[in-house]
Amino acid sequence: MIEIKQVNKVFYQGKRAINALSDINLSIAEGAIYGVIGSSGAGKSTLIRCVNLLERPTNGQVVVDGTDLNTLSNHDLTLARRKIGMIFQHFNLLSSRTVFDNVGLPLELAGTDKKAIKAKVDSLLELVGLGDKKDTYPANLSGGQKQRVAIARALASDPKVLLCDEATSALDPATTQSILDLLRKINQEFNLTILLITHEMAVVKSICSDVAIIGDGKLVEQGAVGDIFAHPKTALAREFIRSTLDLSIPADYQARLSHAKTATTHPLVRLEFTGASVDAPIISQVAREFHLDISILSSNMDYVGGIKFGLMLAEFFGTPSATEQAIAFLKENKIDVEVLGYVA
Amino acid sequence: MSLDSVLDWWVNNDRLIDLLVSSLGETVAMVFMAGLIGFLFGIPLGVLLHLTKESGLLSNKVVNKALGIVVNIGRSIPFIILLVAIIPFTRMLVGSSIGTAAAIVPLAIAATPFIARLIEGALLEVPAGLVEAAQAMGAKPKQIILKVLLPEALPGIINAVTITLVTLVGYSAMAGTVGGGGLGDVGIRYGYQRFDAVVMMITIVILVVLVQIIQSIGDYLVKRVDHR
Ligand SMILES: Nc1ncnc2c1ncn2[C@@H]1O[C@H](COP(=O)(O)OP(=O)(O)OP(=O)(O)O)[C@@H](O)[C@H]1O
Ligand SMILES: [Mg+2]
Repeated sequence: MIEIKQVNKVFYQGKRAINALSDINLSIAEGAIYGVIGSSGAGKSTLIRCVNLLERPTNGQVVVDGTDLNTLSNHDLTLARRKIGMIFQHFNLLSSRTVFDNVGLPLELAGTDKKAIKAKVDSLLELVGLGDKKDTYPANLSGGQKQRVAIARALASDPKVLLCDEATSALDPATTQSILDLLRKINQEFNLTILLITHEMAVVKSICSDVAIIGDGKLVEQGAVGDIFAHPKTALAREFIRSTLDLSIPADYQARLSHAKTATTHPLVRLEFTGASVDAPIISQVAREFHLDISILSSNMDYVGGIKFGLMLAEFFGTPSATEQAIAFLKENKIDVEVLGYVA
Repeated sequence: MSLDSVLDWWVNNDRLIDLLVSSLGETVAMVFMAGLIGFLFGIPLGVLLHLTKESGLLSNKVVNKALGIVVNIGRSIPFIILLVAIIPFTRMLVGSSIGTAAAIVPLAIAATPFIARLIEGALLEVPAGLVEAAQAMGAKPKQIILKVLLPEALPGIINAVTITLVTLVGYSAMAGTVGGGGLGDVGIRYGYQRFDAVVMMITIVILVVLVQIIQSIGDYLVKRVDHR
């Protein structure tokens, strides 16, 4: 549905060239929810803005639904854009229009008659759960409600593609989840292809089927979400996966932690389960085989696309040799073990 | 000059009252006609200034620079000089260089660049994201201007109208001195040339009230249309 071929974008700040995008190739299938993740300044917004030519690529092709947008006249591009909905981090609703008139705007632009607009807008507001807010002005809505209006507006001209630029970044976690649920619902109901830009791996994890990771304007890694989580090839990918399950050591443990191993201390370890780890009830096996007592301090395990992964902080109580053997065993099973220190 | 003396004066000066009433009418006519014509030219000019900016919708450096220079020249000529300088043009346009109709010409010319800058400022307040969203939904430039930029800038535009009209009330007094009529003319003729302080005070009070009314209506309308 969306083909991005060899796209480059160079910005000039005075004489200085900024390579915002370098040789990006992406192919997004119809009906997919495709995530693009990257840190701030990586070029995510530039990339998504290239898809509807809000930003013209310096070179390369952008093909949406079989049409190479760069070859279109201004007039035809305007028409093509009506089949590409877009939502934004800051909603971009018109403050001078009610909810109803905001949602109806794309239809008004296309010259649809009043009766048809009313029918369409009413049904869209029902869909996003804001049927009772149609005469309200955006200033009186919560962030989540504003994004729902923006989604309804983006859907008004029956687009085939929806572009979301950090659509949940201004929302709290619960609202983020409800907006993601809505996106998933419209993806299924209308077979809408969604390209979603985010800097939060949690968003990718919760709704995307595929993901591309960009860093510094370059595509670093791409694939099915499950595959990326199972076998991240690059450090950047691993970093993003880890960011979804950040486990820090509690302060009072940190205070009692020392690097010195003595007879009375026992190790505090961090276990990292990745897609490569052997899928077995490993903790109880270790405890049984090496006569260890394992106290789990905190743990953040997750299940995405058929693989288990996560981080765990645990104390091992046992003889020094048993502990060493246990760690070796875990490593054999492709679990990353890091001894963070020794606790008294 | 107590309140009594003013009242006393009021009952004994029928003829003057007629003069004040007709002068008020002239002032209002000058201000609103000049305002109307000023907005007719000033709003498109302001919109054009905004659109041709570097990051604007119809970015065009040359046009923007040229318009900017014209507007700046208009803004930098003191009104009292403009008034005299364009007398031949005024005469050509309305057939005479004195009278209320003749005063409207320089007033409108002075108002136009003033309004253009105010409109430009009001449009600048519209978040760029809104224009972008409209572009993304397939709006043509004309639709963006009419359905996004102007409605979103409406509170600022009404503010610009108010400021302009208030400024024109002041300018109209100057126009009065060269034969335009109006309250300013009365104030100066009676107050300055005949040392009639009462008449001058009355014209001042009427002008103050007029400005207050314009400002209040403007503020009310801004409140009505501002949903930000
Ligand atoms: N109009 C522009 N002119 C010059 N440089 C630009 C422009 N737009 C973006 N850039 C630069 O391109 C790079 C990528 O910017 P972009 O906005 O795409 O990043 P992003 O990944 O969306 O970041 P964020 O998460 O902060 O939104 C940045 O270095 C930015 O400074
Ligand atoms: Mg961005």
